[in-house]
Amino acid sequence: MSNQQRSFFFNVDWLTVIMYLVLCSIGVLCIHSAVYDPKNPSLVDLDTNYGKQFVFVLIGVVMGVFILLLESRFLSALAPAMYVVTTLLLIVVLVIGRNVGGNQAWISLPGGFRLQPSEFAKFATCLLLARYLSGTNVKITELKSFAVAAAIILLPMVLILLQPDAGSTLVFSSLLFVLYREGLSPYFLILEGLFIALFVITIKVGNLPVIIGSIIILTVAIVLIFRRNRKLVLTMAAGASILIAFVLSVQFLYTKVLKPHQKVRIDIVLGITKDPRGKGYNVNQSKIAIGSGKLWGKGYMHGTQTKYSFVPEQSTDFIFCTVGEEFGFAGSVAVLSLYLLLVLRIIYIAERQRSPFSRIYAYGVASIIFFHVVINIGMTIGIVPSIGIPLPLISYGGSSLLSFTVMLFILIKLDSNRMGMIYA
Amino acid sequence: MNQYFERRYIIGGIFITLILILLGRLFYIQIIDDRYALSASKNVIRQYIQYPARGPILDRNGKILVTNELVYDVFVTPKEIKSFDTLEFCKLLGIDRTEFNKRLAKAIKYSPNLQSPFEKQLSPQLYASFQERLSEFPGFRVGPHPIRNYPDSVAAQFLGYIGEVNDNVIAKSGGYYRLGDYIGISGVEKAYETVLRGQRGVKNMMVDSKGVQKGSYANGEYDTLAVAGEKLTSSLDIRLQKLGEKLMKNKVGSIVAIEPSSGEILAFVSSPGYDPNLLVVGHNRSTNYNRLNDNPYKPFLVRPIQANYPPGSSFKPLSALIAMQEGMITPQTTYYCPGYYTAGNRRIACFHGERHGLVTLSSAVAESCNGYFDMVFEKLINRNGPKQTDTTFTLWRNNVAKFGLGGRLGLDLPSEGTGLLPKASRYDKMYHRGGWRSSTVISLGIGQGELSATPLQLANIEATIANHGFYYKPHLIKSIGNREIIKKEYTIKNYVGIDPQYFEPVIDGMQAVVDHGTAAGSKIPGIIMCGKTGTAQNSHGEDHSVFVAFAPRENPKIAIAVVVENAGQGSSWAAPIASFIVEKYLRDSITRRPSGIDPERYMNANLLPDMSRYISQQKRRAQLDSIKKARVDSLKKAAAIQSAAYKNKKPAVSNYLSAIKRKDDE
Repeated sequence: MSNQQRSFFFNVDWLTVIMYLVLCSIGVLCIHSAVYDPKNPSLVDLDTNYGKQFVFVLIGVVMGVFILLLESRFLSALAPAMYVVTTLLLIVVLVIGRNVGGNQAWISLPGGFRLQPSEFAKFATCLLLARYLSGTNVKITELKSFAVAAAIILLPMVLILLQPDAGSTLVFSSLLFVLYREGLSPYFLILEGLFIALFVITIKVGNLPVIIGSIIILTVAIVLIFRRNRKLVLTMAAGASILIAFVLSVQFLYTKVLKPHQKVRIDIVLGITKDPRGKGYNVNQSKIAIGSGKLWGKGYMHGTQTKYSFVPEQSTDFIFCTVGEEFGFAGSVAVLSLYLLLVLRIIYIAERQRSPFSRIYAYGVASIIFFHVVINIGMTIGIVPSIGIPLPLISYGGSSLLSFTVMLFILIKLDSNRMGMIYA
Repeated sequence: MNQYFERRYIIGGIFITLILILLGRLFYIQIIDDRYALSASKNVIRQYIQYPARGPILDRNGKILVTNELVYDVFVTPKEIKSFDTLEFCKLLGIDRTEFNKRLAKAIKYSPNLQSPFEKQLSPQLYASFQERLSEFPGFRVGPHPIRNYPDSVAAQFLGYIGEVNDNVIAKSGGYYRLGDYIGISGVEKAYETVLRGQRGVKNMMVDSKGVQKGSYANGEYDTLAVAGEKLTSSLDIRLQKLGEKLMKNKVGSIVAIEPSSGEILAFVSSPGYDPNLLVVGHNRSTNYNRLNDNPYKPFLVRPIQANYPPGSSFKPLSALIAMQEGMITPQTTYYCPGYYTAGNRRIACFHGERHGLVTLSSAVAESCNGYFDMVFEKLINRNGPKQTDTTFTLWRNNVAKFGLGGRLGLDLPSEGTGLLPKASRYDKMYHRGGWRSSTVISLGIGQGELSATPLQLANIEATIANHGFYYKPHLIKSIGNREIIKKEYTIKNYVGIDPQYFEPVIDGMQAVVDHGTAAGSKIPGIIMCGKTGTAQNSHGEDHSVFVAFAPRENPKIAIAVVVENAGQGSSWAAPIASFIVEKYLRDSITRRPSGIDPERYMNANLLPDMSRYISQQKRRAQLDSIKKARVDSLKKAAAIQSAAYKNKKPAVSNYLSAIKRKDDE
């Protein structure tokens, strides 16, 4: 342990820290550009969003250092407590929460700040999942373990869905990657992909052609491989019935379960509805902003779409518009590469852990960050329905920034201690 | 590390794949698809048109006829309104609270963020007091806009007016005019629209999503400046124009004065006129317009070019000139006037049956002897025998047409009329081919019958006589901008085919008209004016008083035609009015006349025809016509038996005889 103490700063993964700081800086700069008012040109002004974000970054750095000074063991031990606290907060927010933009997701704090418990639920869930799956007798391939893991993930999902914040709820589904890495059958991933594809196709072309098409394909497959593997044929027949049931339920899910605004957002992405002035305004303006950036962009603070408030939510969910418009394709590639580098680095970090707890936690962090990035940017360029989730570390918002900061620095802390074993 | 170690590659692969999909999409919308860049420009750049000031119009001496005046409108931006003393504000503008609320609601409905007009055209006093207290009323702004202004309120029909473009014009303009633009609708404003309107500028402004301006685009690199319309210098002399309009007040008629040496029009009076300021875009424009439009005296009619009058005796000099050129008479040709002329089996009386005795060409002009000119006309038409009537008639007609009768002179104003100069074919239709003789159309020889001319044509004939055989195309605009643009067509001498030596005897006669003839009362001491009175027959009422003249005899400076409708003889109204204009132009003052006439009397006289009588007369005529028609219908059966020739001839002859009897020619 003394060895570890001495080499504390050597063991910190500085590359991750640098990427964290670069992303935070990009965030402050982009928010500054989005809300800059030439009539009031001060660099740091606590009344403006970029001023506040700057302060959040400072707080984040302080928190990061604080986390690095904690004991790794302590973090693992704290996981259940954290999970319980965030779960309680998720219940509290449903009672006394402030409703912003249709979601009851905020708890007002003194000083004008607001807390978003769902942001903190993300890393609390990661921690508890890591702690549970790293347990000695837990095997995800076993039904009981799988059920417990699924419960850990589903509880916050249900609570957040009650707010109802569909975007944040879906974030937790990314933890499927973690379960997969820990041994869950690849069929889950394949099925998830298959279901998404079927959902899209069914909405696009209607359920009858899909059912007929899939029956034909399955019949051909059964005829071809009938004699060789009887069990596989049965499996496939079962799969086929599930598939048909799913297809039939899509229409019900789509028209009855989804809220009208969610249905419209899906329609817009799929090109079924075209309403660039009304329902599709946000995404249309966002695409115009990013598309008009061309190769090199319009230059910092020269984005007309973002500067003159054509793009809504431009410092939070649509912050990527500023990147796309002012720094062009070059800037977009840079930012996306940075994110890819970060998540790949986290996977690399995960795989060098001796402790399963650290590894599982790291995969959780990578999955959640990656899910945010893909969904958020996909939303701004119109290939994903708009669900309001922030771009990690860049979007304006204290809860989001601090939650990702804590998430990353816990990982860095665990990694700095990678040679040790952490047991539950 | 455990057994599922390899799965990290699959997870990493999925991550990389999805990021590449995003990058592919970004590449498409940012690099390949240009639509987004266009949409972004369309979003943020608004083109604001900078309206140029319309060009002013001056008189020949640089005096302003029409210019622009700035008026001030109050605008409101509802979002910027902060609490203020509404009561005081309403009191200042002279509106009540409900009106205030109504206007504000309208502005909010238009846009809470953009300014919209609140009150239009403040008076200068109101503007001054409002501007002073503007800071008390946040959200309100005062902005100038130019309107037409006529300092002397003259030459309304000549200048014309402007108004908003209609859909038709917008469609035809190929995108130049937009809704709410102004365009010249009549007069010079219309004829010189392209010069007067100037060039619009464009200002590219950046706006935010609410349409609020955020500064100029690209530092104004793509902006263009508005270029003010050019000023037009007209040939009018405002002194003559004003005097002419005063003299013609409460009369119906025209004055056209031309400078013979250039064709420039010095006065262009159409009466009754109106105050051009009434039609300035503003509060009462439409009511004023409707009132003028409904006026029975038709002030919108541009009488100098749109009204037709039989020239009457003022045509006689022209007849004499053509006859001399054709070799039918010489200046020495005499005629013994018994008080009438016998053409075929008809007698045409001289004015009041006066017996002129032995007359020469000059004295015939001076005394306006109908007999002499009937004789001249018969000689002209019958020179090749009665059988050749239509060919000789066509020769005569062509000679008259060279003076500009029966066609447009090409004045630089829209809607010029042609007057009437009949063709032989017209008589072929009225009678039948070969069924008419010189005696049938004899009244043409003394400027009556199917002959009519616009006052402009009459004045142009005088300019031609003054020039001894040619005229310059009459025109109203001398120069455009600061350049003296003299169009080439205005420097060409238009010869009328009469040799110069034939003019002197005619001019002798015209001088005698003023010296001791029919217009002796209008003689100007010290100025030799040559003129000819005319009394144009008017079947609807009192005859029209006509006088044409030029002066001075040597080196003429002004040629003039005056028509006063329903005023009787040419000598009584038209000639004195013409003499005042001529003297004013040549001397810039009006001296006492030996005859004792003075302008005041003419200015104050009211010769407007009684319209109620006219209207009831019109009604009665319409009634009579229908009765006559009914009778004709009932006689149809009987008429069918009669031969076509008989049927055609008889009514025509009787019509003519009655027409000539009614005619009180001099």
